Amino acid sequence: MEANIFQYEFIVKGLLGAIFASITAGLAGTYIVSKRMVFLSGGITHASFGGIGIGYFAGINPVIGAAVFGILSAIGVEYLSVKQKIREDSAIGILWAFGMAIGIIFIYMTPGYTPNLMSYLFGSILTVTYADIIALGIMSVVLIFYFGVFYRTLLYISFDEVFARTYSSYVDIFKYITTSLIALTIVLNIRMAGVVLVISLLTIPPNIAQIFTKVYFKIVMWSILAGFIGTATGYVISYFAGIPVGATIIFTLVIIWVIAKGINHLIMKYNIKP
Amino acid sequence: MANIFEMRSLSASYGADYVLRDVNFKVSENDFIGVIGPNGGGKTTLLKIILGLLKPAKGKIVFNNDLVGGNRIGYLPQISTGDINYPVTVSDIVLSGLMIHKGIISRMSSTDKRKAVMVIDELGLSKLAGSSVNELSGGQIQRVFLGRAIIGDPKLLLLDEPGNFVDTSFENDFYDKLKDLNNRMAILMVSHDVGTISSHIKSFACVNRTLHYHPSHEITNDDLLLYGCPIQLITHGVVPHTVLKSHE
Repeated sequence: MEANIFQYEFIVKGLLGAIFASITAGLAGTYIVSKRMVFLSGGITHASFGGIGIGYFAGINPVIGAAVFGILSAIGVEYLSVKQKIREDSAIGILWAFGMAIGIIFIYMTPGYTPNLMSYLFGSILTVTYADIIALGIMSVVLIFYFGVFYRTLLYISFDEVFARTYSSYVDIFKYITTSLIALTIVLNIRMAGVVLVISLLTIPPNIAQIFTKVYFKIVMWSILAGFIGTATGYVISYFAGIPVGATIIFTLVIIWVIAKGINHLIMKYNIKP
Repeated sequence: MANIFEMRSLSASYGADYVLRDVNFKVSENDFIGVIGPNGGGKTTLLKIILGLLKPAKGKIVFNNDLVGGNRIGYLPQISTGDINYPVTVSDIVLSGLMIHKGIISRMSSTDKRKAVMVIDELGLSKLAGSSVNELSGGQIQRVFLGRAIIGDPKLLLLDEPGNFVDTSFENDFYDKLKDLNNRMAILMVSHDVGTISSHIKSFACVNRTLHYHPSHEITNDDLLLYGCPIQLITHGVVPHTVLKSHE
């Protein structure tokens, strides 16, 4: 009977986790890949590790600490880029390492053993809770609503910000909100994929999609599908092989990417019309 | 002809440095004005002021709200402002010209989409309507951006250095298209490429820190004899050309 309960939990967590991770990563990922914000998003991810460390030290939920750090660093970088006062890549590089440093300092200052540290770095099935899954579910609804309602507004700001400023005074507000939502998406997916690997969960699916389509809406759809296949498969491999789930998901996604590239190469070579 | 806007003793600056000083300038319906001048002379600043992206440091710009109320100004920027590798289709870009009439929730109605089909058709891009922008040539991209600028039926069309990305096969078509559009809207065209500016232009504004306006009647064949060319052009046969009256 015990095995059945484990199996039930494995299937529910795995299925829901894969669905919500792929929806959130597909929506946020298409945005950051199209807008070439991958490095920025990597910076935000690693900065949020500082929040995880402080969370451990203060005895609060590390995800909440990470969310606060992630959103603050997102707004900070966006603010600096709006003011154009910095060389963006250097600032992101500093933020990236500084967040990791704070995280490590506080974790080592925390008395006793920190058993879940590995799960935050590389992701883990065992430590993913129903609360994590529910949070990802809520995030999915929020992102679908946000990108659905403001689809064209966001598309046009990303495509041509200068032109968008000629008709809208909301450009900066939208940039702050979007970057904050992306930071939150990243933080919630850290539980699945881990700090080190989560950025690939966002960036590989849109890159798979872009092999076959150059239309934003279709990239989102194909990203979610590719993300789901990669996440679900990675989850199963992780469960049976006992490898951190972040690594198996990213490994699966890269394999899908390579296969997609190969298929596309054949389509091009033999001029096959779909 | 009614005025579209008028600048009165207008100066513009970024910080302490004045880029434009004491400009008096007006644009009327059906004008086709070439804005010429050296790089860094303030041409782009002039456009920014008209578009409301930069506030005048001194003086003011007064719009005729009957004609351009609700910001009915079409704008064709230099190519560099849009990311041409962004996954966005031709019809998406043309539709974005209607965003000025939308709130922050920007649904496009079926009327909007029909309008986009018409504009895309008018510009000869029907076959490319669903293509993404990075599959197009420079000239095609320019037509897409022109579509974005005119879909809202503006009364004033601003063109920033359109010569930068015209492919030669389309150059004449493009300027002929502008001539058609000039029946429906005033056009202000910025170009540093004085040598090959369109013959459809009716008058000129020289911008170099300040602005000198040359109404069309100043340009006659007599002028060609009185004021020599600052640049020597060598061609065979009769070439249409324009030489402006000199000013300090």
